[in-house]
Amino acid sequence: MALKKVKCNIERMFDKSLTDLVRGIRNNKENEAKYISQCMEDIKLELRQDNLSVKSNAIAKLTYLQMLGYDISWAGFNIIEVMSSSKFTLKRIGYLAASQSFHCDSELLMLTTNMIRKELNSQNQYEAGLALTSLSCYVSTDLARDLSNDILTLLSSTKPYIRKKAVLMMYKVFLKYPEALRPAFPRLKEKLEDPDPGVQSAAVNVVCELARKNPKNYLSLAPVFFKLMTTSTNNWMLIKIIKLFGALTPLEPRLGKKLIEPLTNLIHSTSAMSLLYECINTVIAVLISISSGMPNHAASIQLCVQKLRILIEDSDQNLKYLGLLAMSKILKTHPKSVQAHKDLVLQCLEDKDESIRLRALDLLYGMVSKKNLMEIVKKLMVHMDKAEGTIYRDELLSKIILICSQNNYQFITNFEWYVTVLVDLAQMEFGSKQGHVISSQLMDVSVRVEAIRPFAVSEMADLLNYYTLNSQFMVMQEVLYAAAYLCGEFSIHLKDPEKVLKLMLSYKPLPQHIEAVFIHNILKLFAHIMEKYELEEQYDEILNLCDLIMNKLQDSLKSIELEVQERSSTCMTIVEIVKEEIELKKQNANKQIIDSDEMDPIKKEKDAGNTLAADLLQLFQGELNPVAPKAQKKVPIPEDLDLDSWINEPIEESESESDAEITENIFVNSERNGGDNKEKYKEPTEEDLRKNREARKHEQLHNPHYLKGNNSFDEDSEKIENIPITDLELNIPLKVPGQKRSDKYLKTKEDKKHKKKSRKKKHKSESSSDENVEAAPTVRREFDMPEGATLSDSDSSRGNENDPHKALNIELDIPSMNDYNEEQKQSADEYKKKKFKKKTEKERKPKKSDKYKKIKNVPPKDGMLVSLDEDLNSKTMEVNDEIIEEKKEIVKEEKKLKKHKKDKKEKKKDKETKTKSKKSTSDYEEPLGISTPSKEFLPVQ
Amino acid sequence: MIKAILVFNNHGKPRLSKFYQYFPEDMQQQIIKETFQLVSKRDDNVCNFLEGGSLIGGSDYKLIYRHYATLYFVFCVDSSESELGILDLIQVFVETLDKCFENVCELDLIFHVDKVHYILNELVMGGMVLETNMTEILTRIEEQNKLEKQEVGIIAAPARAVSAVKNMNIPQQIKDIKLPDLPQAIKDLKF
Repeated sequence: MALKKVKCNIERMFDKSLTDLVRGIRNNKENEAKYISQCMEDIKLELRQDNLSVKSNAIAKLTYLQMLGYDISWAGFNIIEVMSSSKFTLKRIGYLAASQSFHCDSELLMLTTNMIRKELNSQNQYEAGLALTSLSCYVSTDLARDLSNDILTLLSSTKPYIRKKAVLMMYKVFLKYPEALRPAFPRLKEKLEDPDPGVQSAAVNVVCELARKNPKNYLSLAPVFFKLMTTSTNNWMLIKIIKLFGALTPLEPRLGKKLIEPLTNLIHSTSAMSLLYECINTVIAVLISISSGMPNHAASIQLCVQKLRILIEDSDQNLKYLGLLAMSKILKTHPKSVQAHKDLVLQCLEDKDESIRLRALDLLYGMVSKKNLMEIVKKLMVHMDKAEGTIYRDELLSKIILICSQNNYQFITNFEWYVTVLVDLAQMEFGSKQGHVISSQLMDVSVRVEAIRPFAVSEMADLLNYYTLNSQFMVMQEVLYAAAYLCGEFSIHLKDPEKVLKLMLSYKPLPQHIEAVFIHNILKLFAHIMEKYELEEQYDEILNLCDLIMNKLQDSLKSIELEVQERSSTCMTIVEIVKEEIELKKQNANKQIIDSDEMDPIKKEKDAGNTLAADLLQLFQGELNPVAPKAQKKVPIPEDLDLDSWINEPIEESESESDAEITENIFVNSERNGGDNKEKYKEPTEEDLRKNREARKHEQLHNPHYLKGNNSFDEDSEKIENIPITDLELNIPLKVPGQKRSDKYLKTKEDKKHKKKSRKKKHKSESSSDENVEAAPTVRREFDMPEGATLSDSDSSRGNENDPHKALNIELDIPSMNDYNEEQKQSADEYKKKKFKKKTEKERKPKKSDKYKKIKNVPPKDGMLVSLDEDLNSKTMEVNDEIIEEKKEIVKEEKKLKKHKKDKKEKKKDKETKTKSKKSTSDYEEPLGISTPSKEFLPVQ
Repeated sequence: MIKAILVFNNHGKPRLSKFYQYFPEDMQQQIIKETFQLVSKRDDNVCNFLEGGSLIGGSDYKLIYRHYATLYFVFCVDSSESELGILDLIQVFVETLDKCFENVCELDLIFHVDKVHYILNELVMGGMVLETNMTEILTRIEEQNKLEKQEVGIIAAPARAVSAVKNMNIPQQIKDIKLPDLPQAIKDLKF
């Protein structure tokens, strides 16, 4: 025996240790993978030996390789072997490997249950601690269920080290096995007042995690926490408690009122920045929850904002960041108090730290008003030029757009300015997605603000001009989408439509959706131009244009993209038809000139009213309205629409059908079906068709899905007339190099101040509430919505079904009875058994569904089997229902029993809290402990 | 909750990885890579918080990190943790390492990952902060080391002897022996 040991030891001398492995990897940098695969082979050999210390050495090496990204799950069994060693050193290696590589779905975990249980009950506190730490990383539902009682007993261990770990472990158990929460909760509550501060802190930690997800179940603990908060000196714990209160206050405003005073005391007294920050955060949460009915809450806000200002002004970037973060929370409810610190926020925009700039941008959203919008955006544009890194640029862009477009362009007084800003933005470099944002914004503004259309269209024409003139592309392609669309749709406002048409015709290959829009809008423009020429009878010009278009479209016809192909061929055909007609007209006109110089004026008028262009224009007529984002969802489902019913009746599989019938079906089936088909698909008669058509028309009339052109258009046109249009002072924007074009609006704004008086008289009807600000053109605010739907309807929030915290939503105030527990256990046991049954069934289920599919197609041959399966299913369902009902009854009885006691208890608690709060303010102690984060650098070689 | 603790060097080589939520190994490597890319491009004088990467976490998660000489210590935490508190925790962790290894440097972490894990286990358990008091942490670690020493004494003596010999790295040491520059030495000999 001794000899064998010695032999083993000598053999071990030649094994690689972990240190050797690490050194080897460092020495083989060129062929690391090869070296490691060689080491893996060695490890596999070592794992085959009997000696546990050899194995543990191999496992230690594997743990290292796991960190480098190698899968070591194949060694799971060996890891468990090493875990079961009696030596602490080896055990440690095993448990470490387990915590790094096991996860809760490992099947091997079944093997560890008893071993871990033995370890938990070990006399040595470090062995138990080791098991707890490791288990916390991979606890599964089964392990949690089987070990929860053992861990629960550890809560009352004599060693604080074990208690501490067991408390934290309980949280992991709850997550996997929510049933453990109710019996364990009273014990956990006791631990909040444990003599050892470490255990106390751990318990607070666990309750905080629990309460974060389901706060209302832990309101009853508020008095305990209140006491802890006012007596404890452990900053870590204080932070946790204060965070917890932040989660509880929205549910119980009274609690918030009580909190304000001790929290403000803490804010004044503490020297620890982390604590100060959390206090401010919770005070903010309290203030949000009790927005009214507080006499001195303005003072508290003032205090918070002041303290935050100190944080933001600090040279420590971390404090600055957090200060801005907290500021943005205040902004939501008390924007005015934050607006006072606008200078600070703007200053932070200049900060060299990107995270801080991003936070400051968030705040900017609430800082703008009609007066300062232009200035702020100008500053942001300057940043845009300086900014490096696309993330920040993209963020800047989306913030500019967000700020300007918020609340239906509430703060924009000068839309010309805004369009120029957008055009400026379009000429900068961004990430790929940003072009789309700008282009949709341009379209949105032009569609919704009538007054700006002429200006926007001329800007877009300029954009197209840049695009075609410059070989080097300065404008984002996505913006061309908007440019083409706007020029086409609002071609009435174009000064020189023919030039624009030619510009559009000279496009180069583009992404398909843009090219398609180009083609479509070329047609619109063409129709518009043609109208003019046709009236003037300049047919040659039209023919020229036709040729131009057809030439260009030849290329697009060959496009790979379907959309482009389709559009261009449609366009081609239309233009061809137009060309033929115009040629005819031209001949007629020539004839008429030759035939008789005297023309019938009436006939001529008729012709004018009946021009080809008018027909063509009709294709594109109709006003476009912005569609509300949720419109589609709001379309009510028709009453007679039943999505659950079968469209085609499934073949019945009732048990009453005898085998004979089934077998008969097999043979008769095909014939019968054929016969049915003939009967069903009769040619519909003329009358039927007419009826159908009428019915369809009637349905369309009442169906909100269909756009009803005429009615809505008339209404709109009336509205358009009512909209007052501001005079635009159109001095055509000149491009001054080095200066943003949008800047000039800042100057004109100042000029306008002088003219304001005269302007005001002109637009008296429009004088807005904000006196210093000039009137802005109206923005259309209505959306196309189905009848009976409103925008304010919020979507019902759907919780994440996989969230483990959902299962932990247990009402803990209902005290648990011993009887109840036992019954629960029993029912749980029963339930387990049934679950097992169910499992076995589940394995069968897929087969059944397969059959089901077959049955649908082929008449059921094996109807017996199916019915058997169904029988089983329904039985288990019944049993489950029974269990549920039993449980419900138990709970009901309990509630009745305990209601009296509960009421009394609650009253008592209320009294307690009152007295406590009075006490607490007097015997409050200043906390010591963590200092502000220190920034020393450790001497590292 | 803490979701992950990562330590890597200035080149992104992992020195310690601890995930409190399961990720397969290749995913773990990707997370380390992404985190390194996020963290390494930041200057030393900017704030220590980062809105989380795309792979780990989501909007609720933050990366909180500190940079010491050649190493980055990164904690990925959710909103239930205090940002400044975690910064302090990192400090406690590093100071504990410094005490245990006596002037810790990257090499200590490279060759003793297991020990670093044991130390970390005394600070954080299953993603929750276990202990922040450094003296308490140090006594726990000391006591466990004692336990190991008692056991190891007899069994591993030969193995340790071998590793000691290996550690000596004789050829290198021969090279390293500095002989006095002879001509200079001769010159120095003044009669």
